[in-house]
Amino acid sequence: MFKTSLLGGSERDFPNSEFRSPPSSDYGNSNFYELLQQKYPHLVPDFSAFARQSGVSMPNKDWERNMLTGTTILAMKYKNGVFIAGDRQAVEGFQVGERRIEKVYTTDEYSAIAVAGVAGPCIEMAKLLQIQLEYHEKQEGVILSLEGKANFLSGLLRSNLSAALVGLVVVPIFAGYDLNRKIGRIFKYDITGGRYEEVDYYATGSGGKDARGTLKKRYRPNMERDEGVKAVLEAIWDAADEDLATGGPDLIRDIYPTVKTISSSGIEDVSDSEIKQVYESLIDALKE
Amino acid sequence: MPAPFYVSPEQIFRDKEQYARRGIEKGKDVIAVEYENGIVIVAENPQKTLNKIYEIYDRIAFAGVGSYQEYEPLRYQGVQATEIKGYTYSREDVHAKWLANIYSQIIGSAYRQLDMKPLEIEILLVEVGDDIYPKNNIYHLSFDGRLWEEENFATIGGRSEQLSEYLQREFRENLTQAEALKIAAKALSTLEDSQITPETLEVAILDKNQGRRKFKRLTSEEIGELLKE
Repeated sequence: MFKTSLLGGSERDFPNSEFRSPPSSDYGNSNFYELLQQKYPHLVPDFSAFARQSGVSMPNKDWERNMLTGTTILAMKYKNGVFIAGDRQAVEGFQVGERRIEKVYTTDEYSAIAVAGVAGPCIEMAKLLQIQLEYHEKQEGVILSLEGKANFLSGLLRSNLSAALVGLVVVPIFAGYDLNRKIGRIFKYDITGGRYEEVDYYATGSGGKDARGTLKKRYRPNMERDEGVKAVLEAIWDAADEDLATGGPDLIRDIYPTVKTISSSGIEDVSDSEIKQVYESLIDALKE
Repeated sequence: MPAPFYVSPEQIFRDKEQYARRGIEKGKDVIAVEYENGIVIVAENPQKTLNKIYEIYDRIAFAGVGSYQEYEPLRYQGVQATEIKGYTYSREDVHAKWLANIYSQIIGSAYRQLDMKPLEIEILLVEVGDDIYPKNNIYHLSFDGRLWEEENFATIGGRSEQLSEYLQREFRENLTQAEALKIAAKALSTLEDSQITPETLEVAILDKNQGRRKFKRLTSEEIGELLKE
């Protein structure tokens, strides 16, 4: 069979390789991460190996000053499913490192991941999760169950453990609509890959505690969408108010937090104009 | 040890061609037709989950006829190769032409190997345009590995010539999606022993207005609606 290693894998014998039937030993495996490990080890985003090789065994202060961190990410259930949201700012030490960074990623039609921690590994993990879910869907013709998606993310986190121990931390929230059970669901994780399901809402990151405070007061079961959007945006506002590393709405540069809704009809972005409107009326209310 | 009988290369390849054609003729055919916003791919397929038409990548679809057992691994490897390439570089850098050339080499090498049976398959690799690469591309691969481009429409399978003649008469530029589907379904219904209903049709579209993943499989209900229009 032809070698996909045309791209620089270990086997470079195409096109002289003979066609064999059955075509290739990995036919039938729909795990993209395993494919990378087995055939394209140079493409595995292995921050753990990096940590081991560099001989660092403790969180390194010099690194931390040069890495993009800081965040508030959250998820909350509502009548039709679940919200997932995050602010847009990243910091390097006490400096603003990035004003428009994206922390909430659509992973497929019915799920999304929000990431807190060190930006590099976070974004790489979100990208890998998205590719894995799509890869599985295309190879097998069926979408993974929400449980399956959440468990796969556990595995990615476990493989990042030794990197996390030296400070390259990824702390995600994974949320989605469970097509089998017809409900929105929220999963939080620790650095060991431990997976814990939340019943109604959750927030994490440097401003997570403040956001949780707001959600605790605002959350009610079976909220309508518009009311939910307000609660979510107010939580991010409060987090940005208390936490230096969380960015609120930037009305001058037109940068707004990301909010997505996930329901039985799929995933949708809440538009910037709607978010702007909510914040304008929130600011008016605060001035009074 | 007795010397093997001499068989002329001409004879070998005639036999191989006949063998492959006969295998392909046993199955049903596939049609791809361009419309204003994309390409519709249509087949008669009474099976519900063993498909002839598949998503490969953001803008690329795969259609196979003949032996399912033989084209399925090619589809699988196509998804794998394109995902790896997109992961290595960028999603914009994955093009159907690259994959079509790889398929051509694989199918061709099976055909040229004297001690191997030829693959009893024919493949369409269909790529819809987007803002960056506006042109649609349809690549046609035959059982011997030959590769060529098609325009406006393409047909594969044992009765592809008959279908092609029909489409030649009926095709117009800038068809709507429903019109393109109807023409393809009508073409298939001209074949002997065909039974064209929304339930027996397998239809997928590559539509420019679909977001990142342009591929969409239509349900029987959606097919029925479009055929009614």
